Amino acid sequence: MSIVPSTLPAPMSEIRQPGAFEEFCRQQPLGAISFAIICAMMIAGIFCEWVAPYDPLAIDFASLLTAPSWDHWCGTDAFGRDICSRLIYGSRTALVIGFTSSFVGSSVGAVLGIASAYFGGRIDNWIQRVVDVLLAFPIIVLALVVVAAFDKLLLVGIDVNLILAIAIPIVPRVARVVRAAALSVRVMPYVDAARAAGYSHTRIIFRHMAPNVVAPYLIMLTAFVAQAILAEASLSFLGLGVQEPTAAWGLMLSGNAADFYRQAPWMILFPGVAISIAVFAFNLFGDSLRDYLDPRFKV
Amino acid sequence: MLRYTINRVLLAIPTLLGVAILVFFMLRIVPGDIVEVKLRGDGGAVSQETIEMERQRLGLDKPLVIQFKDWMVGVATLELGNSMWTERPVMEEISLRLELSLQVAIMATIFAVLIAIPLGTMAALFRDTWIDYLMRIATIGGISIPAFWFGMLIMSGLLAGFNWLPPITFTPIYVDPIANLTQLIWPALAVGYRYCAVTARMIRSSLLEVLNEDYIRTARAKGVYERLVISRHALRNALLPAITVIGLEFTFLIGGLVVTEQVFNLNGIGMLFVQSVSRNDFTLIQGMVMLIAAFYVFVNLLVDLLYAVFDPRIRYD
Amino acid sequence: METRRTVLRHVTGALALGMGGLNLATVQAQAQTPKRGGTLTFAISAETPHYDPHGSDTYATLHFAAPFYSTLLRFNLSKLPEVEGDLAQSWTAAPDLTSYTFKLHPSVKFHDGTPLTSADVKATYERLRNPPQGVVSTRKATFDDIGTIETPDPTTVVFKLKNLNASMLEHFASPWNVVYSVKDLAENPAGPRTKINGTGPFIFVEHVRGSHVSGKKNGSYFKQGLPYLDGWKGVFTLQAAAMLNAVQGGQVLGEFRGISPAERDRLVQAMGDKIRIEESSWTLNLLVCFNVEKKPFDDVRVRRALCMAIDRWGGSQGLSRISTLRAVGGLIRPGSPFATPESELVKLPGFSKDIRKSREEAKKLLADAGVPNLKFTLHNRNLAMPYTPAGIFLVDQWRQVGVEVEHKQFDTAPYLATMNAGNHDVAIDFSNLFMDDSSLGLAKYLSVTRAPENRSRSKDPELDRLYDDHLRERDVEKRKAMIRAFEKRLFEQAYQQPLLWWHRIVATHKVVMGWKMSPSHNLGQDLAEVWLNT
Repeated sequence: MSIVPSTLPAPMSEIRQPGAFEEFCRQQPLGAISFAIICAMMIAGIFCEWVAPYDPLAIDFASLLTAPSWDHWCGTDAFGRDICSRLIYGSRTALVIGFTSSFVGSSVGAVLGIASAYFGGRIDNWIQRVVDVLLAFPIIVLALVVVAAFDKLLLVGIDVNLILAIAIPIVPRVARVVRAAALSVRVMPYVDAARAAGYSHTRIIFRHMAPNVVAPYLIMLTAFVAQAILAEASLSFLGLGVQEPTAAWGLMLSGNAADFYRQAPWMILFPGVAISIAVFAFNLFGDSLRDYLDPRFKV
Repeated sequence: MLRYTINRVLLAIPTLLGVAILVFFMLRIVPGDIVEVKLRGDGGAVSQETIEMERQRLGLDKPLVIQFKDWMVGVATLELGNSMWTERPVMEEISLRLELSLQVAIMATIFAVLIAIPLGTMAALFRDTWIDYLMRIATIGGISIPAFWFGMLIMSGLLAGFNWLPPITFTPIYVDPIANLTQLIWPALAVGYRYCAVTARMIRSSLLEVLNEDYIRTARAKGVYERLVISRHALRNALLPAITVIGLEFTFLIGGLVVTEQVFNLNGIGMLFVQSVSRNDFTLIQGMVMLIAAFYVFVNLLVDLLYAVFDPRIRYD
Repeated sequence: METRRTVLRHVTGALALGMGGLNLATVQAQAQTPKRGGTLTFAISAETPHYDPHGSDTYATLHFAAPFYSTLLRFNLSKLPEVEGDLAQSWTAAPDLTSYTFKLHPSVKFHDGTPLTSADVKATYERLRNPPQGVVSTRKATFDDIGTIETPDPTTVVFKLKNLNASMLEHFASPWNVVYSVKDLAENPAGPRTKINGTGPFIFVEHVRGSHVSGKKNGSYFKQGLPYLDGWKGVFTLQAAAMLNAVQGGQVLGEFRGISPAERDRLVQAMGDKIRIEESSWTLNLLVCFNVEKKPFDDVRVRRALCMAIDRWGGSQGLSRISTLRAVGGLIRPGSPFATPESELVKLPGFSKDIRKSREEAKKLLADAGVPNLKFTLHNRNLAMPYTPAGIFLVDQWRQVGVEVEHKQFDTAPYLATMNAGNHDVAIDFSNLFMDDSSLGLAKYLSVTRAPENRSRSKDPELDRLYDDHLRERDVEKRKAMIRAFEKRLFEQAYQQPLLWWHRIVATHKVVMGWKMSPSHNLGQDLAEVWLNT
């Protein structure tokens, strides 16, 4: 393997191709474990109708606030709804919000970053200013306006506004990183050579720049799924996120759940643990992915 | 160097202007106005004329562009206007709460830095050993646990375990240090541990990067003591990106403060933010956003300048 | 100050300890004499934006400001709905109720030393009924019937009414109508919003925004021997969890608005016999409100069907365990003198105890109206207690008749804005009254041209007529009949209907004595008779 100067990432041919799944598992055991957790979440989320023992919306005043038992593995909440089922349906909410926000935010950010790096000059300046403005904005104001302003559209019971509210802060952060990665390719001689040879912008972007950006993009994508799930939890806690009676982990912790901490500690224990495990798995996976994909650490 | 500084300062202006425009007009997309909340929020039965009269008194009936112009003129003279809810000056409302939040933020940062540097360094030095694995699990756990949940657990733990609660009203540290610290150490912990995890990870990865550099190899080849290699060469260069991260993630700290102050019932900036947002108190929200953005821009400017001082390559960009 | 209520509390307490066969004399011997001194620290769950109760509709202003001011009359909390004098030593009403004469206490002083005269009362009521530019008087309409206010001498005020108003005395007793100094009002009509100068038992000390408010004893209070406390401090706890933690941790000695049953259970479990719980029905309710300007809610069959689908009696069992919702009632607070008795109530649509039959009929009505598979959005407020449980409950109830409802909650500002603009389909609205009087309770259901707070936007001249007639009716039985007729018409048209009435639970530390419980959290907050038994 050639010696790679530390200030530039290696060109495409030197990077290990992702998809060598067994390689990944062997090299990154922690990553493999987190991948398993994520798979479990996805199964629960996709097949929740079959996996969950009860209907998450079924109110049962006869069994309010019951402790975990064989009937209700995680107990019931203030409406008699089964917490375990709500956790399982909640994983669907978390995954939909997490993936969609992260995907939308990261993709828009990547496009901006590549455009910024490739075209440079005026366009770069303008995009940089927009990125700066967005980075300076506290998330909660953004969240409130986006959630309340636009007429609500539902997607599996979740506001599209909420997804936007979480995606928007992701855009500038991804844009910055992608821009840096794309810039490193931009300055390479073969890009100028390609332009001189008459290749179109699109071709150069897709064939030369984009592949270099794929690794950081994937890493940020997984990292921001984790952030998105956390963001949803915080927004629901403040009352700005998913609405009742949809099952969502952050929502299960908000409102008067804290009032019941003495009579029904399982109400705040299980959703918090679920959030933590999910976010942990995604973060660990992203970490392991980065360690695996970034060749600098292999020297 | 001077030209670089001036350049960076000038760049701050369009950023702040962008923030001002964005926050002003975005807020007004939201339906509902504060006069309604004040007069009808608890079931009051006022006539529509009364509502209109109050709106006029607060200047809410003027065309948007005029309102924006008035506000921008005020911002330029550091006159942020009056809160629409209490009708007291925005600066006054903010400065009342600033001390508390600032203290929590500083305590959180100190806590984070004191623990993150040794932690991150150890993880980098003992890479791929069980120490590193433990560290990685601990730090990733740190950024995975929701801050407000952690705060809820702390409060419930204190109550259930010791039947003791932190003091409920704020006393400045110079008036009564014990009351002050016993109140603020818990939110500082709740906010700080996450900050600590992020910083530790940053230090680990940037130290790993630096340790691969040629000059480290040279220093080692020269026979310099390993400890000196680490402290004098590696760490110093590794700390710089870490400082950048601390500066950039400042807005995350604000976000952390927002939820934490709710949980601990602290009269700080975060709490003020949530309240003003739920009341549609536009002038207060605008004022706070501008201040936070200005602070953020200032911190970034500082970090950029620091970078330029330590890394001459940047100056000639 | 021993009152019947405090004595009753001692009796129940004693009985609970298993001591049977008590007579009143023994109990009275055990009753305690108030101790002087001490500072009461309590929690206030919301912070008022300004200090002027005239222009406010929230209890936050009263819990903050009531100790600093006095009113002309006030409600006798031991004998509701009777009124007693506050600033007024005595009063007479003309036989035809068109004029009221008040004799004021002779030696009342404002906190700045100015003596109180009838001119101050007159200036206050002029401000209430005819606020000058820049001043808001939230209850302006209730004073429309006042013709002239005369002040023949410094301790006499005479109100001459244009029309007979059977509820006028209750309005004089309203806790919102605090008396200001004519000197202050002349100087700055909007002054009371930021400056406090009253005749109340406590003098304003400080207000640290976001943190607390405090007052100290008024040594020259006109009621001899009062107040008992040296001072008080109100701490703002904006989250229920924070308030409960503070009560449990001993940092505050109570909260005077009201808590939910789960919160009560938690405090009782944690504090045992150190906490005192007082319960009463509440003058608050939640309403189901249909926007009659939107299809298909302009069809009375749809509205009535949706009302009938709700199992109020059954739902009350569950909801009363987890939320502040409890009592099933009509337009007047159940349990109060003018409320419709249960036997009559169950005949009205939506209040039947045979829910199966009601729901079948509801499904038929929906089919008749052509919307058997109705879908709409329920517009609700973003408060955890009890709006969220109410919304969840309603979604579930309407599911049982095949109606699919999307539940959306909003912060107060957009919540109100959408309803005012008439952009909602069905909403959960609320009614916050400070007294049981029907003049207040029924006002919400008048035609929207008269009552802007009618969020169903209905226009019904029949209801307006019934209301106006009942206002002028002196005979109690005839008045009750008119209220029943009003209620029957409203429920048959089903523009909006009370869902459930709330239940008030107040928790105070055992050492807090002398505070009187009532069905309204707006009453009894001047703290003059409160003392600490430490």
